[in-house]
Formats: sequence, C-alpha cells, structure tokens
Amino acid sequence: MSGLVMPKPDAATLARRAEIVADMRIIVPGEGVVDAVNGMRAFESDGLTAYRQLPLVVVLPETVAQVSRILKYCNDRNIRVVPRGSGTSLSGGALPLEDAVLVVMSRFNRVLEIDYPNRVVVAQPGVTNLGITHAVEQEGFYYAPDPSSQIACSIGGNVAENSGGVHCLKYGLTANNVLGIEMVLMNGEVVRLGGKHLDAEGYDLLGIMTGSEGLLGVVTEVTVRILKKPETARALLIGFPTSEEGGQCVADIIAAGIIPGGMEMMDRPAIHAAEAFVHAGYPLDVEALLIVELDGPGVEVDHLISAVEAIALRNGSTTCRISQNEQERMTFWAGRKAAFPAVGRISPDYYCMDGTIPRKELPRVLAGMRSLSEQYGLGVANVFHAGDGNLHPLILYDANVPGELDKAEAFGSDILRLCVEVGGVLTGEHGVGVEKRDLMPEMFSQTDLDQQMRVKCAFDPNHLLNPGKVFPQLRRCAELGRMHVHAGQLAFPDIPRF
Amino acid sequence: MTTFTPAIPEDVLSVVQWAAGEEMPLEICGHGSKRGIGRPVQAEHTLDLSQLSGVTLYEPAELVLSARAGTPLAEIETLLKLSNQELAFEPLDYGPLLGGERGRGTIGGVLAANLAGPRRLKAGAARDHILGISAVSGRGEAFKAGGRVVKNVTGYDLSKGVAGSWGTLAAFTDVTFKVLPAAETETTLVVRGLLDDLAAAAMAVAMGSSAEVSSAAHLPEGIAKTVADGILGSEPATLLRVEGFGPSVAYRLGHLKQLLAAAGEMQELEHETSKALWRDVRDCIPFADGSDLPVWRLSLAPASAHAFVLALRMRAAVSAFYDWQGGLVWLRMEAGEPEAETVRTLIKQFGGGHATLVRASMPVRASTDIFEPQPPALAALSARLKAEFDPKNILNPGRIVAGAH
Ligand SMILES: Cc1cc2nc3c(=O)[nH]c(=O)nc-3n(C[C@H](O)[C@H](O)[C@H](O)COP(=O)(O)OP(=O)(O)OC[C@H]3O[C@@H](n4cnc5c(N)ncnc54)[C@H](O)[C@@H]3O)c2cc1C
Repeated sequence: MSGLVMPKPDAATLARRAEIVADMRIIVPGEGVVDAVNGMRAFESDGLTAYRQLPLVVVLPETVAQVSRILKYCNDRNIRVVPRGSGTSLSGGALPLEDAVLVVMSRFNRVLEIDYPNRVVVAQPGVTNLGITHAVEQEGFYYAPDPSSQIACSIGGNVAENSGGVHCLKYGLTANNVLGIEMVLMNGEVVRLGGKHLDAEGYDLLGIMTGSEGLLGVVTEVTVRILKKPETARALLIGFPTSEEGGQCVADIIAAGIIPGGMEMMDRPAIHAAEAFVHAGYPLDVEALLIVELDGPGVEVDHLISAVEAIALRNGSTTCRISQNEQERMTFWAGRKAAFPAVGRISPDYYCMDGTIPRKELPRVLAGMRSLSEQYGLGVANVFHAGDGNLHPLILYDANVPGELDKAEAFGSDILRLCVEVGGVLTGEHGVGVEKRDLMPEMFSQTDLDQQMRVKCAFDPNHLLNPGKVFPQLRRCAELGRMHVHAGQLAFPDIPRF
Repeated sequence: MTTFTPAIPEDVLSVVQWAAGEEMPLEICGHGSKRGIGRPVQAEHTLDLSQLSGVTLYEPAELVLSARAGTPLAEIETLLKLSNQELAFEPLDYGPLLGGERGRGTIGGVLAANLAGPRRLKAGAARDHILGISAVSGRGEAFKAGGRVVKNVTGYDLSKGVAGSWGTLAAFTDVTFKVLPAAETETTLVVRGLLDDLAAAAMAVAMGSSAEVSSAAHLPEGIAKTVADGILGSEPATLLRVEGFGPSVAYRLGHLKQLLAAAGEMQELEHETSKALWRDVRDCIPFADGSDLPVWRLSLAPASAHAFVLALRMRAAVSAFYDWQGGLVWLRMEAGEPEAETVRTLIKQFGGGHATLVRASMPVRASTDIFEPQPPALAALSARLKAEFDPKNILNPGRIVAGAH
C-alpha cells in the first residue's frame, strides 16, 4: 500500500493557489487560514502517520455560514476539499491532498445545549468525545461510545467514522447513539437530519452519513443521546491456557444471556508487553487474558460476576481475579488501555489493524496470523474486542529497516483477507480511508461498490469531497448512472405468477 | 396485471431487470400487512416476496440471524425464542390497527418500514440491528452491503440507508440482523391518575435515573382500559418497564418506587401481564377500533410531547397516547379529518419531529402527504438518492412522495 496512488492533483487549482488562499481569507477572516508550510505541517497526516501530504491550504472556519461558503466556493471552482476533526483517524481518512483545501473543524468546540429531560446533548463537531461526558458528568450522565482516543478525537470525527469503543458491546456504536446532525453539502446547502426525536424522517440519511468518512458532507452539529452512569462496575481478569478456551468462554457468557459492559481479550505477546509497561499484575503463563466488566446496580453486578466466574471455570480458566474496589478495576484495565503504547516499547514501530470476524473463527484466525507472522518474519500482538469479534492485531516492525514497512503492510493486508475469508470484514471501527481502500474488492463486487459510489453521487456529484478515500477507483457519476437494460424479452419464464 | 412470486433471489433479479427494461412500475410487498400505509402505489404489476422465505443462518452464540426477505416475522420470533433470544427492537405489528390479523408481516417489511417497539428508547429500531443486506436496485442490479458482524464500518452503511425506505430504493432479497438474549424477567410499574404533564415529568425522572427503564408510556384517561383486556381500568396509567435478571429487576423497581413515591398511586404488573400490556401499546391497540378514522404516528422530542398534544387539543378533536417517554405519540383524529397542516405546524413549534399518517381512508391517503414533507434541500437530496437507486422510478412509485418516491 506504500505504492498508494492518490487522485492526480489538478494543475489549474495548484496554479491558482494564491488566489484561493486570498479568497479563503475573505470567507474566514482573522487567524483561520494557514498557508505557511510550517503552520501546515501540523496537519500533514492523521493517526496513520506513514502517510504525509501538505494540503493546498488549511482553513479553520468558525461558523456554519463560513463552512457553507467554503464548500460552495470550492464546488463552483472544482476545488477538492478534505474535512478534518482532531486528526486521530487510523486509516488516513483525514490525509490531505496536495490540491485540496483542508477544512479543520476544531474551532467548532462548543457544547450548544444540554437537555436532561430529553437526555440529549447538542454539540458542535469539534467538541471531543470526552468533552461531552465532561459536560454532563456532574449530573451523573455520560456519553457511551468511548474510543480509546476519546480525550482527543472529535464528535464530528466519531460520526464520520462511526467510532466504537469498549462499551459498544452493550451500548452500541456512534450510529446507535447519534440522534441528529446538521451538515453542509458540497454545494453549500445546509441540511438537518433527525434531532431530539428518535426516528429520523424519510430515508435514513443519518445512517448513511454515520461512517461515511467525510465523503458526503461536513458535519457542523451533532445531537447525541446521553445515559445515566451505571451505579457500579466491577471487572473479572481471567486467564486461559489457550485462546480456544478463552473464545469459548466468551461464547458461553453470551449464550447465558449476559451482555457485559465490556469484554476484551489479549494474547500472550500483548499480555507480556502490557505487564512489562504498567505492572497490572497480569498472569504471564497464559495464552489468553480476558477482561469482563459488568456494570449496573450492585445486586445485578454481583449476580453476574458469580455467573461469569462459573462459566470461566467450566472453560478451563487457570486464573480468575475479581475486582474488589474501583482502584483494582482500574488496574485490570490499565494494561489493556496501555496496550498500544506498551507494544510501542517493545518494537520501534507497530501497525494497528482492525478487522472483525465471527467470534467462533478466532482460533482459526489466530493460527493463521501465527503462520503469517513466521512467513513475514514480523511479530504480532493481539488485543481484541472479544464480545463483538473486532480484532486489533498490532504488527511489530521497524520503519528504519528498508522494506519493513512494506512487509508490515503486506502482512496486514493478508490478515484482513483472512478476516473476510472467514465471514468477517476489513474494518470494524477505524474506517477504510486510504489504508484499506485498495482491499475493498476483497469484500465487495464491482456492482456493490458502484452502488455505494452512486450514493456519493447523490451528495457530491463531482467527487470533490475527500476523494481518493474509501473507493479504490473513482468512476464518474455520469458513467455510473448509465443503465444497461435488457429490454424486450421476458427473461424469466419459470417464475411463478398469477 | 401480474403478480410475480419469485422463490429465489435470482428470480427477483430477473423480474426487476425486466421491469427496468420495460419501465414498468412494480409494487413490492411481503405479506401486504402494511399495504395501507403510504400513498397508494400506482403499479401495473406486483412483486410479491412472500415465497422468498426461509432462515438461512442462525448462530445464537454469535448473536446473528440471516433470512430471505420474505420470511415471516412470526417464524423468526418463534425460532429465536427457542434459544431465549429475540429481536430486541420489538417490531410493531400494524395488523390490528389497519384492520388485518395479528402476526403477519415479513422480515423484509420490518426493515423496509424500519419498525420498532416500546423498547425503542433503549434498544433502537430495525435500523440499529440490521447488519447486512442483499438487494436488487431499481436499476436491476443485485448488490450487497454490510456483513454478518456487529462491528463493521467497511463502506457506506447502505443497510441502514435502506431502512424505512418502504420499498422505494431496492427490493431486499436477504437480510441479516443482530439478535440479543431476551430478558430473564420483566415488571411494569404503573403510576396511576397522572395528567399528561405530570406523567411527562414522571417519565423524565424515571428515564434519567439509573433504574434502566427500558420502556416508558403514558395512557391518558379512557385509553388505559383499552389495553391488556382492560386490567388497568380507565384511570390514566403511566407505564415504566424494568427488564433483566430477577434480583436486578427487583432492586431497580424499588429504586423507581422511591424516586416516584410522591407521584401517585402505584401498581406492579408481573412478567406475562407486563408483556401483554406492552404488546398492546406497541401495536397501537387503543386505536385498533375497526374504523378508518385517521391515525397519526408522531416522532417528537420526548419531553415536549404533552405540551404539543395540549396545544393540538385546542384546535382539533383528538385522542392521544404516548410511548417512548413521549417520543412517540399516537393520535386518532376524532372528527375524521387528518388536519395535516395543523398537526405539522404545531410539531415545528414544539421542538421538531415529524408525522406519518399511518391509517386513513383511501381518498384521504391519496390527497394527504402521508410522510412528512421535507425542506427543499433535503427533499432534493432524497430525490437524488432515489434516482441513484431507481432511476426509472419503478419500485413502489409514489409511495412516499407524490409523482416520485
Ligand atoms: C490512540 C488511538 C486510539 C484509537 N482508538 C479508537 C477506538 O477505540 N475506537 C475507534 O473507533 N477509533 C479509535 N481510534 C481512531 C480515531 O480516533 C477515530 O476514528 C475518531 O473518530 C476520529 O476522530 P477525529 O476527530 O480525530 O477525526 P479525523 O481523524 O480528523 O477524521 C477522521 C475522518 O472523519 C472525517 N471528518 C472529521 N470531522 C468531520 C466533520 N466534522 N464532518 C465530516 N467529516 C469529518 C475526516 O475527513 C476523516 O475522513 C483511535 C485512534 C488513536 C490515535
């Protein structure tokens, strides 16, 4: 994928850069336009740091009217636009293009309304995920989807990526917790979808927007559902001699009708890296470590803790600790939460993957990964949202060794192919971006992809918004719209009819 | 006038390809249990998917079920029950309200109408549980979207995108849903005698508490007696459902009772009675009167619903009751006129939302905007989306918008 091909920069746009920058300064007066290379460096990549590109110009609008004018201006002149929130995307969704205006939404950083009777918060898209919880926690509420990046990532970026987190097993993804958005289309039109009511009207455009990776519109306001904090939470830390037994334990917990607040698994390399880093007291002689968190009223949590403990024993657990207090619970989590940086300590670089598989395929996929690891000569550590089958293999490599990044990327692609092969998908929560773009045909036929691109045509017929992301090959909307009909004959003599 | 009844996806594709080639509109239906909703479709031919039936995959431990789109919902619910699982969003059954039988409807129809039930507040609607689809677009192309796993952001979420599209974007051939364990038990706490505004306050307190109330409804004076064989009597009843494991339900119920101690007299309905009660609320049994008096289904900001209804009562003779803490209001127009203008103007004044006319006589249906008219930019966007799926406008033409989708 290092051979990533992005859309060819438009020479006419590049030639008019000075004029475009000047016009942007008219639309967004003051400090909101950055065109000096030094200033733009901060925006040249997102969380997928292997890719860097300076944009044409960076614009930080403050009002919806400004966003609308920027997009309309660019639409009228055939100039590309890349939206950006906090730039934590792990798939290159916010990677700039040389000939595109980078619209950064970080100045949209106000919580607009807190409405407890309706249990919603209305926020500007640049508010961080955690910022929403902070705004309501004094009343005992919180916003449930909790990506590990929640201290930094923006709620607008969450909508664009349909982000998940540990709590999504029980409380749903971003898509299940967003009630409404306001957005600006590429032609400058401002559209509102949903609101404080529960069902959006008409076609579920909100469903399409969530997870659309900045290709359909720029989100300028978000209405999310907030929840009352559970009374208590306790966790179990369970070790297994094999990943099969750990996987079976997860299946049995769910078969018993228990949906834990969180259920995370780590494999041996991840356990060792995490333990060395945070000293959480993880057992080092196990192949799989499971953290199961139960939340709710105390009686429920106690009831379920004993149920889960019994299930774990039945499945051959060799260690099982139950958190006795809040501090212990946090310690159980500390290793899991620090898994990425912990792996960062044992390897100069790591590459985080994000496939999802049917849970029962875990042993097969882990075995497949082990043989791939040998084949490529690169280590891999696994952390895993066990409840919903979302894997995060971390491939260990050294970018300073020539060719190793390419090897890591090839290894990653093979893992994702394996995920698709067993009935899973390329990405569970990090998005396609540029990273998995060229793998899309592994999962979708050309007809499937064409229908998705036609949706893009309804929103942005000139492919100006975030082009080069998600779709391996851009096809013109006019071409996509053509129909190949089989007129004339009835091609289905055998279909019953009356 | 032909009715096609394909039994395999390939034949659905052939029918739609033919219809696209001939520019011949098709009415798409499953059991036809919701045929009375939407603008009457003007189509020469019918694509009846009820023979495209059968569960193709059910893995309880993976919480996933796939079925052909024409599979009866009742068959799926029965199957899930064997593993103590369910569709957590409790799809409502329009049968009784529309003068049909109970228990009809296909799984494809569940998605096409984006059905939900009283647990909407906690568990969402069909759109929140759909994982993947296979479908045939109005272009006569078979495509798929999504997958069979819960966590999936690979490409646009077209499975959600077609939820609530009433057969105007594509004919589904297969659907895959997330399924969930059914609650071990449930109890409903009923607070008696509250007027609408006090009921709204009580529901807001309950929903904002840590009692994890999964459904909150209010049945005003006179409506209460029409559900669950009249066991509630006529007095206003505010219903709060608590579900889960036995000890947890008992504890949370206690917590609720404390919180609402001053609200009014209380009563508790156990497991089966509670279930029957919520089924009736879900299916709008209070207005399943065999008449064709207009019935609206309103989606509103929950906390302002009662104020909206009060304002409406000043202008029109209506009966109303509330589900989803007020987020769903069912209205019966007692004078026989839909009063669409009045209803929709008031919605805008009370925090926004939308109104769907789910029951009305044929002439009223043909002359009223059944679905909420959208502002111009949004309407244009919806029309462009429709055209990208169905450029010749052959799938349920006119069902949602006159002359188009
Ligand atoms: C350490 C780390 C841990 C992470 N953990 C998780 C995790 O647990 N779960 C998870 O799901 N993700 C995780 N992520 C990924 C990332 O944080 C999420 O994808 C996040 O939602 C991105 O938000 P952002 O504001 O940084 O968006 P950006 O990175 O700025 O942009 C992401 C995409 O959204 C688009 N976009 C941003 N804002 C808007 C807007 N207002 N309107 C339209 N499009 C917009 C961009 O064009 C881009 O395509 C992690 C990332 C890091 C670095």
